[in-house]
Amino acid sequence: MSRKKSNPLRRSKAPVAGGARLRPLPKAATGIQGLDEVTGGGLPRGRTTLICGSAGSGKTMLAMEFLVRGAQLYDEPGVFVSFEESAEDLVQNVASMGFDLKALARRKRLLIDHVRVERSEIAETGDFDLEGLFIRLGLAIDSIGARRVVLDTLDALFAGFSNIGILRAELRRLFDWLKQRRVTAVITAERGDGALTRHGLEEYVSDCVILLDHRVVNQLTSRRLRIVKYRGTVHGTNEYPFLIKDNGISVVPITSLGLHHRASREVVSSGVPTLDKTLGAGGFYRSSTVLVSGAAGTGKSNIAGHFVAEAGRQGERSLYIALEESQSEIVRNMKSIGIHLAPLVARDVLRFHVSRPTAHGLEMHLATIHEIVVDYQPRVVVIDSITSLLSMGSIAEVTSMAVRLIDFLKMKHVTLVMTALSDADKQVETSQVNISSLVDTWLMLANLLKDGVRRRTLSVVKARGMGTSNQTLEMSVSKKGIEIKHDARSGKRS
Amino acid sequence: MSASAQRPVKKRASAPINYVLCLYVAGETAKSRSALDNLKEICRVHLNGRCRIKIIDLHKNPRLARDHQILALPTLVRQLPPPIRKIIGDLSNTERVLVGLDIKSGK
Repeated sequence: MSRKKSNPLRRSKAPVAGGARLRPLPKAATGIQGLDEVTGGGLPRGRTTLICGSAGSGKTMLAMEFLVRGAQLYDEPGVFVSFEESAEDLVQNVASMGFDLKALARRKRLLIDHVRVERSEIAETGDFDLEGLFIRLGLAIDSIGARRVVLDTLDALFAGFSNIGILRAELRRLFDWLKQRRVTAVITAERGDGALTRHGLEEYVSDCVILLDHRVVNQLTSRRLRIVKYRGTVHGTNEYPFLIKDNGISVVPITSLGLHHRASREVVSSGVPTLDKTLGAGGFYRSSTVLVSGAAGTGKSNIAGHFVAEAGRQGERSLYIALEESQSEIVRNMKSIGIHLAPLVARDVLRFHVSRPTAHGLEMHLATIHEIVVDYQPRVVVIDSITSLLSMGSIAEVTSMAVRLIDFLKMKHVTLVMTALSDADKQVETSQVNISSLVDTWLMLANLLKDGVRRRTLSVVKARGMGTSNQTLEMSVSKKGIEIKHDARSGKRS
Repeated sequence: MSASAQRPVKKRASAPINYVLCLYVAGETAKSRSALDNLKEICRVHLNGRCRIKIIDLHKNPRLARDHQILALPTLVRQLPPPIRKIIGDLSNTERVLVGLDIKSGK
């Protein structure tokens, strides 16, 4: 496995390691799902972070969640200075993410200060400064002992004052002042044409700049987040998809996890003794990725079923992500070959997550799986089938999603079984080739017609780290389940 | 300061209007001093002293920054006569101050 190639973390570390080694900046965890992973622990503590993006890209939501999580999880009260929306509007807008700002405000964990800037009211008659804003902000910070501050958005100030020279000097002073106050601050700004922000605010904020973006592809909106700059820290350089959901923002790390996970030597039984025998090691490696491909009716789901049942027997939890059939259909079909899933569901060692592939965008599927895995902590995950997700996007997108999912599950020490439908004529499809390079074990199932009899076969195309036979073996599916036939004669063919 | 002497300003023939002007400052600064000096001069020359000047120091009363929506300093607020008018800066541009206070119509 090429460690170097697919480890962006290592790579981005290089320029830092080249010079004198920097002491890592203390960080303030955001508590936003996934963001702390891609920033290596959160935003620079006691510094100002700039979040820029076009209208509707989620700047306000992200900034608000930073404060809400700070108050809820880290005992850090926050002040939200809004130059645009009123406090009432903000309360309503973030209620969709499940945040009760009023309750936080009552407990003095959050203070929303709506600063109205209306140019029409103000005539400028000479030199001025923004000390009034400083005094107001200082009072707000002191009144609740705030450790976090959000200014949303500074563009409103540019609309409010005509003397831009004074304004710029005052903003510079404001950022210095925030630093002196030792609050961790987030400021938001509108995306500019050909520049990060319309008013060049990125010049003032040297510590951390995050760019948000949203675009519509195939009628599905996808939001992305990129860390443009993060001084003195290692951060992922990719564009990370993120979602705004009913429980907040969820950033989906792409490859930030890299290949740090330790390869497991532990072997778990596939649930089919004869298959375990076929696989040299006696089963699958724990936290490996298994692809089972084959045409319709070759028994792909059955193999997944056996594995889930075996995990259940060992008292280990499984998550079955069904994208084609309903839970009851799967339970019924498995029962016909002697795999009893219903008792496992009853004992909560098996959970189904049934979803239509087209119900959500790819990112949403990924985020949902993330969430269930984090919540349920399964040791086995089945995706039946990965092929049905292929219709969701380009091969590149689906592959990227699969990579992220595989990395994530490996890190969680989850063994993943994916089924993939292949065309009966073409043995392998291009899409599968892309995914197959990511998997550790690849089982290919087929139906062969010989002498008027349909024979099922199984071949182990790939099994990393195992001494496996590469024969095509006969497989039977009966009321007792799957059995792989090892006989001397078939061993000669390959 | 010399701007006041430039040209005669038409006096209002109607009954004397009492101006109540609030000057928001933050402590003694060069800007706040010059704003007060300029304001006094304008009152003397253009309002015939028919005005009352209140000075509000936000350092002593920081709450008012929020309650009165004051961002920039110095800020001059015309409380009377209504409607309320806001002017920011050290009031060195007399012309603008007069327009801003609606003592003189803008062009």
